[in-house]
Amino acid sequence: MKYIDEFRDGDLARKLAADIRREARPEREYGLMEFCGGHTHAIFRYGIQGLLPDCVHMIHGPGCPVCVLPIGRVDNAIELARMPGVTLCCYGDMLRVPGSGRVSLLKAKADGADIRMVYSSADALKIAQENPERQVVFFAIGFETTTPPTAVVILQAETLGLNNFTVFSNHVLTPAAIGAIMQSGEARVDGVVGPAHVSTVIGSRPYEPFSAEYHMPVVIAGFEPLDMMQAILMLIRQINEGRAEVENEFTRAVTRDGNLKAQRMVDEVFELRDTFEWRGLGWVPDSALQIREKYAAFDAEKRFELTHASVADHQSCECSAIIRGVKNPLDCKLFGSVCTPDNPIGSCMVSSEGACAAYYTYGRYREAQKQDQT
Amino acid sequence: MCLAIPARVAELLENDLAVVDLGGVRKEISLALVDDVALGDYVIVHVGYAINRLDPEEAEKTLALFAEIAETLDSSPLTPHSSPI
Ligand code: SF4
Repeated sequence: MKYIDEFRDGDLARKLAADIRREARPEREYGLMEFCGGHTHAIFRYGIQGLLPDCVHMIHGPGCPVCVLPIGRVDNAIELARMPGVTLCCYGDMLRVPGSGRVSLLKAKADGADIRMVYSSADALKIAQENPERQVVFFAIGFETTTPPTAVVILQAETLGLNNFTVFSNHVLTPAAIGAIMQSGEARVDGVVGPAHVSTVIGSRPYEPFSAEYHMPVVIAGFEPLDMMQAILMLIRQINEGRAEVENEFTRAVTRDGNLKAQRMVDEVFELRDTFEWRGLGWVPDSALQIREKYAAFDAEKRFELTHASVADHQSCECSAIIRGVKNPLDCKLFGSVCTPDNPIGSCMVSSEGACAAYYTYGRYREAQKQDQT
Repeated sequence: MCLAIPARVAELLENDLAVVDLGGVRKEISLALVDDVALGDYVIVHVGYAINRLDPEEAEKTLALFAEIAETLDSSPLTPHSSPI
């Protein structure tokens, strides 16, 4: 497909890999955090880590919306779905994330709750229009890419005067999560691969404070393998030269200011929450969005008076440490034995962008690849 | 869940809707988040919405950069591998 295939050329990837090998200094280590789950997925799918020299390590960051949602919020969604008269609509990945006592939305659905998987917020709105006797709740999750579509349906619901449609907002903010990682200083990060699609919406400007404050090079990269390789090369160059700038590899879709129309719509409907709980990062101030008072009629948290309880993760699950970039899935003793994509214990094993799921799906292939080389 | 792809606008419909072509598969999406999209434009589609436009000139520039890399023939050996790229 155009604008996809050209960015997957294997010979060019090997060429870029040779450049990376030439420029990376073997006497030092390069810890590069790919913030976004889309990059994690690409790294595994295309075997990118295998193309890199030993001194360059990719660290998986917290940028998967399914992975970072804490158990308490999953429980809230299950509680909503079980209320009489309620239809809960959610994106597919959320269905399998275990809540308290390992009960997932899928389990609640099997038990009779009316839960519908939707591809788009627009589908949820349509279900509300077609079922006026039901209270339809859209379980909204995601970073800055999914928030504008949620804002659109809230604005449309208001125009349509719908009184049976609400949104359970779990929208979170990328810069706040990057800030939390930088501040903790736990993970050894020398450079950040900035998200592709989030940045098409927010632009490259929000990363500028990180490069200044933490002397952190950031390169925004597309999700195709050549984009990733090029971004890694650009980060290594910055690190070698002692620079810390925001550079943009994904100029075909990212500008400094981003999509202003989308930003305006989000700002019309949403405001900052004082604090929000993340899996792995704990409570992070100013890191998530809630629906403004003006649109309170469409806020499920208010209509159904939800209260949030913090619930600890399964005691052996290492998702929290993985999200913070301090451990990898192979450090978890449940990985691949008790915990698999068919039977996930933690959220990182659920979505295809979760680190555990990526290791599980492509990791075995990678092991085989390593053996081929020896 | 964050995966999004560039797609060509194949048909403009009423109410900010459009049909895009994804390598032969046609899909209805919303253009509510981007202004002035024309037929034939490429947009980045995510959860049923175009979240931004793709700039063909910038895409060409990036590809030209890669083409340059391809020309500078390199002699350093790269371990063969079986990456599925
Ligand atoms: S393998 Fe499963 S239990 Fe272990 S960290 Fe990953 S998701 Fe959690």
